[in-house]
Amino acid sequence: MATHLPGSPLSQSELEENFSDIHPPLSRSEALIEADRCYFCYDAPCTAACPTDIDIPGFIQQIRSDNIRGSARTILSANIMGGMCARVCPTEVLCEQDCVRNTHEDKPVVIGLLQRYATDPVIQSGKQLFPRKADSGRRVAVVGAGPAGLSCAHRLSTLGHRVDLFDGQEKLGGLNEYGIAAYKTVDEFAQREVQYILDVGGIERQPGRLGGDLTLDHLLGNYDAVFLGVGLGDVNNLGLDGEDTAGVVDAVEYIAELRQADDLGELAVGQNVLVIGGGMTAIDVAVQSRKLGAGQVTIAYRRGPEQMNASRHEQDYARTQGVVIRHWLSPRELQVTDNRVAGMLMDRTRLGPDGSPEPSGETVTLPADVVFKAIGQQLHWNQLADARDALATERNRIKVDDQRRTSHQRIWAGGDCVAGGEDLTVSAVQDGKLAAHSIDDYLRQNHG
Amino acid sequence: MADLNSTFLGITSPNPFWLASAPPTDKAYNVNRAFEAGWGGAVWKTLGEDPPIVNVSGPRYGAIHSNERRVIGFNNIELITDRPLQVNLDEIRQVKRDWPDRALVVSLMLPMNEQTWAQYLPMIEDTGCDGVELNFGCPHGMSERGMGSAVGQVPEYIQMATEWAKKHARTPVIIKLTPNVTNIVPPARAARAGGADGVSLINTINSIMRVDYDTLTMWPATDGQGTHGGYCGPAVKPIALNMVAEIARNPETAGLPVSGIGGITDWRDAVDFLALGASNVQVCTAAMVYGFKIIDDLVQGLSDFLDDKGMASVSDLVGKAVPSVTDWQYLNLNYVEKAHIDQDLCISCGRCHVVCEDTSHQAISHTVNGVRRFEVNDAECVGCNLCTSVCPVDGCITMRPMTSGVDPRTGQKITSEKRNWTEHPNNPMCNS
Ligand SMILES: Cc1cc2nc3c(=O)[nH]c(=O)nc-3n(C[C@H](O)[C@H](O)[C@H](O)COP(=O)(O)OP(=O)(O)OC[C@H]3O[C@@H](n4cnc5c(N)ncnc54)[C@H](O)[C@@H]3O)c2cc1C
Ligand SMILES: Cc1cc2nc3c(=O)[nH]c(=O)nc-3n(C[C@H](O)[C@H](O)[C@H](O)COP(=O)(O)O)c2cc1C
Ligand code: SF4
Repeated sequence: MATHLPGSPLSQSELEENFSDIHPPLSRSEALIEADRCYFCYDAPCTAACPTDIDIPGFIQQIRSDNIRGSARTILSANIMGGMCARVCPTEVLCEQDCVRNTHEDKPVVIGLLQRYATDPVIQSGKQLFPRKADSGRRVAVVGAGPAGLSCAHRLSTLGHRVDLFDGQEKLGGLNEYGIAAYKTVDEFAQREVQYILDVGGIERQPGRLGGDLTLDHLLGNYDAVFLGVGLGDVNNLGLDGEDTAGVVDAVEYIAELRQADDLGELAVGQNVLVIGGGMTAIDVAVQSRKLGAGQVTIAYRRGPEQMNASRHEQDYARTQGVVIRHWLSPRELQVTDNRVAGMLMDRTRLGPDGSPEPSGETVTLPADVVFKAIGQQLHWNQLADARDALATERNRIKVDDQRRTSHQRIWAGGDCVAGGEDLTVSAVQDGKLAAHSIDDYLRQNHG
Repeated sequence: MADLNSTFLGITSPNPFWLASAPPTDKAYNVNRAFEAGWGGAVWKTLGEDPPIVNVSGPRYGAIHSNERRVIGFNNIELITDRPLQVNLDEIRQVKRDWPDRALVVSLMLPMNEQTWAQYLPMIEDTGCDGVELNFGCPHGMSERGMGSAVGQVPEYIQMATEWAKKHARTPVIIKLTPNVTNIVPPARAARAGGADGVSLINTINSIMRVDYDTLTMWPATDGQGTHGGYCGPAVKPIALNMVAEIARNPETAGLPVSGIGGITDWRDAVDFLALGASNVQVCTAAMVYGFKIIDDLVQGLSDFLDDKGMASVSDLVGKAVPSVTDWQYLNLNYVEKAHIDQDLCISCGRCHVVCEDTSHQAISHTVNGVRRFEVNDAECVGCNLCTSVCPVDGCITMRPMTSGVDPRTGQKITSEKRNWTEHPNNPMCNS
């Protein structure tokens, strides 16, 4: 990004401390005590709240009985990225929100940490838990190796199909590798997990990027089925003049740079950082800027706290990191000095009659040497022109049914690139899994 | 403030809590610390003939833990004292001299011949101890040598040894019984017939803790082999309570003074034993697991409890619950209870539903009008108490007696008239 800015003012050890594991793993005795808090509910509400339907009381019971491998099997059979999900799921609005302990004592069982306790040893040892069915002779192309694509590929492989995996990036894992906040997935966990998933066998990475050297037609011609898990490759623009000014930065790109940095100290850091947006990306770029040593970090969001996509918990965490969150502000005009961003003129907004925010007439200027754009991503249609022609869409994403079938008989899709999802790692994993079963049904019915 | 002073067989102590004969009473150092902490009395670790026995130098103990590593059950293969007799006698004499207000009883285990008893008892009583307890309970090691539970399992031996002891002792004689019998009444009756002043129970229960999952050998083991040990701690309390109550309510043994032992950890456990007929209690495992400081909770808890109940002294409590213990055949079969779920307390875990559904009488809903909700259907509930047992919320499910109307399960009218099995038409032996 903007190279005119200096690197981090923090020492190596401060950076290390700031980017260490946000929730350190449970020790064995902590895990056993916590596991004992699980009531083993009937028709457990936590399981119902998990997008991948993990049998949560079941895996916790296995922790209790010291069958850690069995516990991992229970988790990974429902969600092959149970390890990553244990780290990145907003459990406070998923499983842990529905834990009956909340009613009892306002303190849920820490399901996420228990899930990590159960899965870490398996990823560490590489022990494979799911045998592959006999080779079906069918081949499936999976495009995109993020959570959706990897989940789909793994399940297809265990169901006996051969998978060729295409991804435009150097490393596999999608946003697990390039997007998730660094302190949520330390020690190269994303890569270790990808390796574990690929080690099931039957999955081969192939060179090529859809829309580049690869066409949908080619895939449809060479494979029995195609799964698209391409995520959202493009960012939304603010729509202001001067967005290419030095200092105006795409938050996702900056985070990717951060995730790949060998030396965090060399990343450019602002003194006055302004983040535009209200989702996870806004929170993550703001928090990580603070952790890198940025002076003032402000998130400006055009609606109120309730409408923010980032959960309450995430907002609170950002505040504890010194991030200021300001609501009802919408960008109006970039202020530029010497070809660098100097600030942003913002409209104060209020709720309009149609429920969307509108300018109130008042404005305010926030100084900034860095402005992060974090107002959402969209499908990279430029690269996916042939998909756009071939597939029905909905709200500018790919339209799928409950089995993740697209409008094309031999194309499935899942993850962030499809309409109606949650834009979470865990829902991408679920999409990939559902699609794999649907593909399996299709292949066995049609090619029996 | 209730009076906790206790008199058992004429032996007085400032409270009814004694340490049982075991490692906590192995030597003067321990017993002094216990008395400093406030224990009312101690039964010295069992003495035997010289030369002293030898203990294993590996693990003597094994435990069953909850996940928080609370000790639920405990087992041991320790034998009686492994110190020379004279060392013990000298220490007992000194401790009694230093703590004249505390009860100090000496436990004893000897081979089955009268001369030995005649020889040892005067030596022991010469220490100034308040009484002797004959260990007919130790179920491991010593029993292989014809002592301990090998004696306690044969009422005739108990009676014979008790007679010898009574003949050669001046102080009260307590017989410590083994629970490794099918019926505790014959051993207790034998002790009484032999002239025992009282009995203490229970000693430990034959047990193997588990296997080692790596080596598939018994655990704990001594150089690859193990032997059954004696089980104690919270897990054995219900077994001990039944035995104490049996002695208290059986006409042949009723009135025989009992010192209650087995799993006592907090004051409520002591209330159980006292109300079911014990005159005082002894503690071993809880002290071994938490140290002597637990005496504070035992003493204060019991004292506050007696105050709440308006009881002036421990003896007011002794035996209070005994009349409520009876044979199954005398239970009132006309009496009906139904489970009731307090919806304001319910946290919707569904445990009650699934256990009643899977293993009881399908009497609890899981949805009502499409909403997750747990309600008891009186037409199916047999009042078994399973749901209340598994509910994680204290007081959420309660059992409520039906006092009028008709039991919707049986169609029978609720009546205050009692009818037990001996009077029931389904009983072939019943002629009414
Ligand atoms: C900054 C940030 C933080 C986040 N934090 C969290 C969090 O804490 N918790 C959480 O649950 N979710 C979080 N999310 C959301 C989560 O990361 C996504 O929902 C999830 O990664 C979606 O998975 P996916 O497989 O659909 O897409 P992606 O992870 O985006 O993967 C898509 C893959 O497809 C590849 N690809 C794209 N186009 C092509 C093409 N044309 N040809 C070949 N390959 C292609 C990409 O290289 C990429 O590897 C965060 C997202 C962001 C941006
Ligand atoms: C390690 C150990 C050693 C014991 N040694 C003796 C003993 O020497 N003599 C005896 O009468 N009972 C002995 N017992 C039994 C205890 O005195 C007591 O009867 C039994 O443990 C039950 O009580 P508790 O549940 O409070 O431990 C021993 C118990 C333990 C745990
Ligand atoms: S008391 Fe027994 S039968 Fe009645 S509801 Fe509870 S578990 Fe079911």
